Amino acid sequence: MPELWQLTISEASERLARRELSSIELTHAHLDRIAQVEGNVRAFVTVTEEQALQQAERIDRRRSEGARLGPLAGIPLAIKDVICTEGTRTTCSSRMLEHFVPPYDATVIARLRAAGAVFVGKTNMDEFAMGSSTENSAFFATHNPWDLKRVPGGSSGGSAAAVAAGEAMGALGSDTGGSVRQPGALTNTVALKPTYGRVSRYGLIAFASSLDQIGPFARSARDAAILLQAIAGHDPRDSTSVNEPVPDYQAALTGDISGLRVGVPHEYFVEGTEDGVRQAVERAIDTLRSLGAEVGECSLPHTRFGVAAYYIIAPSEASANLARYDGIKYGFSLRHETDDLIEYVSLTRDAGFGTEVKRRIMLGTYALSSGYYDAYYLKAEQVRTLIKQDFDRAFQQFDVLVGPTSPTVAFKLGEKLSDPYAMYLNDVFTIPANLAGNPGISIPGGFSAGLPVGVQVIGPAFGEATLLRVADAFERATDYHARWPELPGARPARKRR
Amino acid sequence: MSIDRDTVDHVALLARLALSEQERETLREQLSAILEHINVIGEADTSRVPATAHILPLENVMRDDKVQAFPHPEVLVEQAPAHEDGYIRVRAVLEHE
Repeated sequence: MPELWQLTISEASERLARRELSSIELTHAHLDRIAQVEGNVRAFVTVTEEQALQQAERIDRRRSEGARLGPLAGIPLAIKDVICTEGTRTTCSSRMLEHFVPPYDATVIARLRAAGAVFVGKTNMDEFAMGSSTENSAFFATHNPWDLKRVPGGSSGGSAAAVAAGEAMGALGSDTGGSVRQPGALTNTVALKPTYGRVSRYGLIAFASSLDQIGPFARSARDAAILLQAIAGHDPRDSTSVNEPVPDYQAALTGDISGLRVGVPHEYFVEGTEDGVRQAVERAIDTLRSLGAEVGECSLPHTRFGVAAYYIIAPSEASANLARYDGIKYGFSLRHETDDLIEYVSLTRDAGFGTEVKRRIMLGTYALSSGYYDAYYLKAEQVRTLIKQDFDRAFQQFDVLVGPTSPTVAFKLGEKLSDPYAMYLNDVFTIPANLAGNPGISIPGGFSAGLPVGVQVIGPAFGEATLLRVADAFERATDYHARWPELPGARPARKRR
Repeated sequence: MSIDRDTVDHVALLARLALSEQERETLREQLSAILEHINVIGEADTSRVPATAHILPLENVMRDDKVQAFPHPEVLVEQAPAHEDGYIRVRAVLEHE
């Protein structure tokens, strides 16, 4: 019998519906688990115990009154601290927003509340979602539950670690260049970046607006489908949200992928990809073949320009988006007496932002500054067109593309901190889908020396149902997604209440 | 391509970042190294390739310009580091006699 914190969302919601389990019990089990492992994992900036228990109690009461409730009613979830939650501080893991309490909910939060979800806390991240290891948090680093000396990936490392460690049943993150999929790969979780425009960005604190997209973390493809179902769909408050019908994602989980055309981009198996990662991904592709998929090689010839184009476009957009933090309207404000407004704003921003954020603001400001625009920004946007055309061509021939999510398994804390560009290369296989807007999912695909390897499945625009079908079929043939890390100091859960 | 100290100073002013001497020097080195990698995009043949600013075919979204009451405006003003009588306090930016 698994512990309550080990249940998937779909298992728990069946037991909740049958009244064999209460949301209070389930929420207590997760809060207890947080109390046990959080000292080692450090996934949360804020744990909202009181609010979680109130939400759980309300759901239990509604259920006892006979209300018909959906699959997320009473389910404990964690939310990346870049998504606005009314009344609960939302820090972006930055000194700049350390005491910011949003006066409104993001659309995804409003939808999850309406679905009856229970929020156990806000998760740690790289400051303003800039990073691939969660070490750029202004507060503390999050540790990978699979090896506490290693990073959980980033920037949504807190959400990934919380789900991997059983501190929450699912979580939301945001993905601008791989910030959901890469930590998903490094922590053995199912991690989905939807098509740009599929999920509303209203209330998501902006990093790079033409790339940012909110996506779920889960421990099964079915759970990811349940979470996506709740948050997807048109929102008049986000002008880039697309008015496209939302399919029934769980209905897509047929287990049948026979005849599915799977393309393997050879540019995703280049030098720099660890042998252990390559071997695990090749085994996963064999598994898909054994399930009836038709596997063929393909080419995304402009992949090698992706990181460069991204590190012009994303910092450029960030330099504009982060201009709003001036110490006057909200956020951190330096106590400093001066009559010079520029001096005041500059000192506040210098003290409020961390090293990586300043580096990217500088890079973006440089790329957009007079004389460099054509060589950098315009050129990068042309390369973006080439990368999109690569995908468009590949999807004329294939239903999905499969490769590694990240070129490496989880690396050691501190290992890549002194070399910014080495850190940027973590996202070499995830960035192209952001530039082109395509959906991508990272699924637990195997292990290399005891550390998880993520397999990335990329689809055509609005192909999330197909990605989830592939992920679910793969899970039925393997047990990687169901494995748990062993955490030191974790005692068996307290007696159920 | 390496960038010089004057460029770092100019960009820091544009970005409104009061960086320390040490930070400016580190950033000069790091940004030069990053730009060296980024310059690979010069090798991409983009002649006659249109720019993609955004992957969606975006259209203007129109709605009626209706007044909607925000439920608790005081919460917005209280976000400001300095406020008084429901207003945000700011430094004087215009000279007065």
